[in-house]
Amino acid sequence: MADLLDIAVRLAAIVAAFLLLPLIVGQMEHKAMAHMQSRLGPMYAGGFHGWAQLIADGVKFAQKEDVIPAAADRRVFAIAPAVALVPYLVVMVVIPIGPGLAGVDLDAGLFFVLAVMGIGVLGVIMAGWASANKYSMLGGIRAAAQLMSYELPLVLAASGVAMAAGTLSLQGIVEQWRWWWLPWQAIGAVVFFVAGLAELRRPPFDMPVAESELIMGPMTEYTGLRFALFMLAEYVGIVVLSALTTVLFLGGWHGPLLPGPVWTLIKVFALAFVVIWIRVSYPRLREDQLQKLAWIGLVPLALLQLALTGVVKVLMS
Amino acid sequence: MNGYFGSYVVVAVLLLIGVAIFAGGLLANRALRPNRPTPEKLLTYECGIDPVGEGWAQSQIRYYVFTYLYVVFAVDAVFLFPWAMVFATPGYGLTTLVEMFVFLGLIALGILYAWRKGVLTWT
Repeated sequence: MADLLDIAVRLAAIVAAFLLLPLIVGQMEHKAMAHMQSRLGPMYAGGFHGWAQLIADGVKFAQKEDVIPAAADRRVFAIAPAVALVPYLVVMVVIPIGPGLAGVDLDAGLFFVLAVMGIGVLGVIMAGWASANKYSMLGGIRAAAQLMSYELPLVLAASGVAMAAGTLSLQGIVEQWRWWWLPWQAIGAVVFFVAGLAELRRPPFDMPVAESELIMGPMTEYTGLRFALFMLAEYVGIVVLSALTTVLFLGGWHGPLLPGPVWTLIKVFALAFVVIWIRVSYPRLREDQLQKLAWIGLVPLALLQLALTGVVKVLMS
Repeated sequence: MNGYFGSYVVVAVLLLIGVAIFAGGLLANRALRPNRPTPEKLLTYECGIDPVGEGWAQSQIRYYVFTYLYVVFAVDAVFLFPWAMVFATPGYGLTTLVEMFVFLGLIALGILYAWRKGVLTWT
């Protein structure tokens, strides 16, 4: 009974984090972008600093009609947002925020995370195909190509950490972590973060939704709550990517003075801010530049990191 | 909830919760949103003019090469994980390290070949 209660509390905490953290990141993006790019829109609603903008957006999304185009493949169209959103919730179950503070500690945690995160992109491809819209389909195919290219550096960078720690359990990886892993795994960290950004299709890797040429890419035909769920998936993705980078490369809950979970959250939000900052600062990559960056830039760097990790680890043991 | 499969039961429960959030959200949304479909509204959106041809139209896809590349290398990469667990345990050491460089060399050679073949540049 106590066991069941323990698990229920953990699951409730995960669901709360899943519903709350993306909104905080969204609010942060509104305000950071407004300040960095002098955007007046998000600073208006509700008076002080436009605090009510996110609530206004939510109310608007909930009231909009749910239009499914006549030409669309209805069933696939309808469930695509769930396929995009739910995998990120499932990934959150293994992310530890403190010693022993995770949903479950899977032995193959890192492998599980990489496998499940790949499913999220499937939702976008489904949306692009099922919309029966030329722009959506082009966007969906671009998203698929992007996943193909950036999954490899992501997996290679993550396996570098697994080599260093000698375990695939995320909990175990953070326990093994030492401060000198920061310079040792620095290349891998950058590769992982950049490849993760590309998998989330965040600017500057937002070629699949490039609004000046594809309207809204795979989401063109979506309205109301289903569209909002795609947006939510993007922001949960930011949270999950930041949390994974924190856990794998920045030492998770390790840090002086403050308690562990606080450190985890500080690192996660710092990384989420970097994600927003990059969006504000860089122009969109062209499709072939985007593919080239993965294959000629990130994959060789990830291989270099693997070699470095292997040599250092064997020399030390 | 002990043991190997016990922890995956928790994962499955969370998956069900996720599906329930999605279904419940859309169900509750049904009470809030209007539903007045008209033929024009259900038309595929294309720059505001009537759509030309079908959405599932033929187009030249250049990305299939990346799919080949990915399948080749991702299958290799999957073998990395079990190896990464054991390569530094006593008794392996230098042998596994040499093996790793063989592995890295093969992948690097593959990418170099694809690059020289001009697969990564668009015409």
